[in-house]
Amino acid sequence: MDFELEVILEAIPALLEGAKLTCLITVVGLIGGMIVGVLAGLARSAPSISLESENYGLRAAIAKTAGKLAGLFVETIRGTPIIVQAMFIYFAFPLIVRSMLGMPGFRFDALTAAIITIIINAGAYIAEIVRGAVLSIDKGLVEAGLSLGISRFCLYKNIVGPLAFRRMIPPLGNQFIISLKDTSLFIIIGVGELTRQGQEIMASNFRALEIWSTVAIIYLIMTSIMAYTLRRFEKRLKIL
Amino acid sequence: MKENMIEFKNVEKRFGNLTVLKDVNLTIENGEIVVIIGPSGSGKSTLLRCINALEMINGGELIIDGIHLPRERHRIKEIRLEAGMVFQQFNLFPHMTALENVMFGPLKARGKSKQEAQKIAEALMEKVGLADRGHHFPSQLSGGQQQRVVIARSLAVQPRMMLFDEPTSALDPELIEEVLVVMQKIAEEGMTMVVVTHEIEFAKKVGTRLLFMDEGIIIEDGKPVDLLTSPKSDRLKKFLRHVV
Repeated sequence: MDFELEVILEAIPALLEGAKLTCLITVVGLIGGMIVGVLAGLARSAPSISLESENYGLRAAIAKTAGKLAGLFVETIRGTPIIVQAMFIYFAFPLIVRSMLGMPGFRFDALTAAIITIIINAGAYIAEIVRGAVLSIDKGLVEAGLSLGISRFCLYKNIVGPLAFRRMIPPLGNQFIISLKDTSLFIIIGVGELTRQGQEIMASNFRALEIWSTVAIIYLIMTSIMAYTLRRFEKRLKIL
Repeated sequence: MKENMIEFKNVEKRFGNLTVLKDVNLTIENGEIVVIIGPSGSGKSTLLRCINALEMINGGELIIDGIHLPRERHRIKEIRLEAGMVFQQFNLFPHMTALENVMFGPLKARGKSKQEAQKIAEALMEKVGLADRGHHFPSQLSGGQQQRVVIARSLAVQPRMMLFDEPTSALDPELIEEVLVVMQKIAEEGMTMVVVTHEIEFAKKVGTRLLFMDEGIIIEDGKPVDLLTSPKSDRLKKFLRHVV
């Protein structure tokens, strides 16, 4: 077995270009995923931590419907493979837009499709993380807060939110790392991220050992930085 | 003329098929210290929780400080501002210091400035004997201290009445007294109080009125001494034999 360092040095600039794209998809995808996840997770958990004495009228009906819709979203995404989701968003969804909205030339570029896939996929899993964290909060604290005469918004902002957030950090870290690695699947829709770059270099020089070792190490560096940052952050917030 | 703070009119409360309050009629006037005793499952906690709308009644009418439930249920927040609640399990906010817990109500429910809230909170921490514990987190306080902070937190909203739901039941015996002392102090200042408790001595010493409940019904209602020394119903006689 021969292992040539030279091959790696030549490949690195292209691989780093790919890594940059991987980071972009991950960061934008996770920011969007957090927004989707927090909204869907709160919608799903709100009915179970609200007081029966306050569940009446239009607002309660809207909250219930939003919770059901969020549940449907989570179950759909959790129940389908991410590759199928990426294919659907890249190939199938534009067809729907073209015929239904009458925009014949409509299509996503691969990068946009990749980012949307991460937003939706991570969003569904983050929704469950948010829901779990919110449900783990002692209902007594909710009652104590409301008994002081504060609004529901104030309750979420000052009590439920901060306490749930602390409990979300470990599982969120997990999801962030999973989403970063999931970006490698976008090789199938032709996004030039890290795995795709590796694949292309490999196809031209056939140096599988050198290229895939390097690709693996670059992923490991990225996930390690993520894990380390999260651990630092976790230490600064006391978990209660 | 004394004004009515709390008025139950034929109130009914159900949890599923279980009726917890049956046709309850009760009027509590400003300044009364009402102690409620009764076996577990008698509906005494539920009665208390209905007052500050943590539970909504299913039948009859409940008038708290002029607000009619369930008709004016959109005004629940106003009721809660006037009815402070102390829980058996304390329920201090674990991510805030004792002082921040007490400042929370004035800041968020009453819209006071930070300075005002701090002034109110410091005075109340002093009152419950914890002036030097303001910067401790709940987990660093004993049960008795936590419950005194809870009392201060409720008082900080400046309510017109205080509701206590078994405030000493989760405490070690040696910590009960310090909480009861604080409660007595508040009672002496003329606060309207409704206290669900098993502390018969407290009822005798501080209460102006004693209610005995069983199976969702107020069985006896009168002066604490009268009820405790000469109970009329067999159920209260039996209950007192077990408790005292």
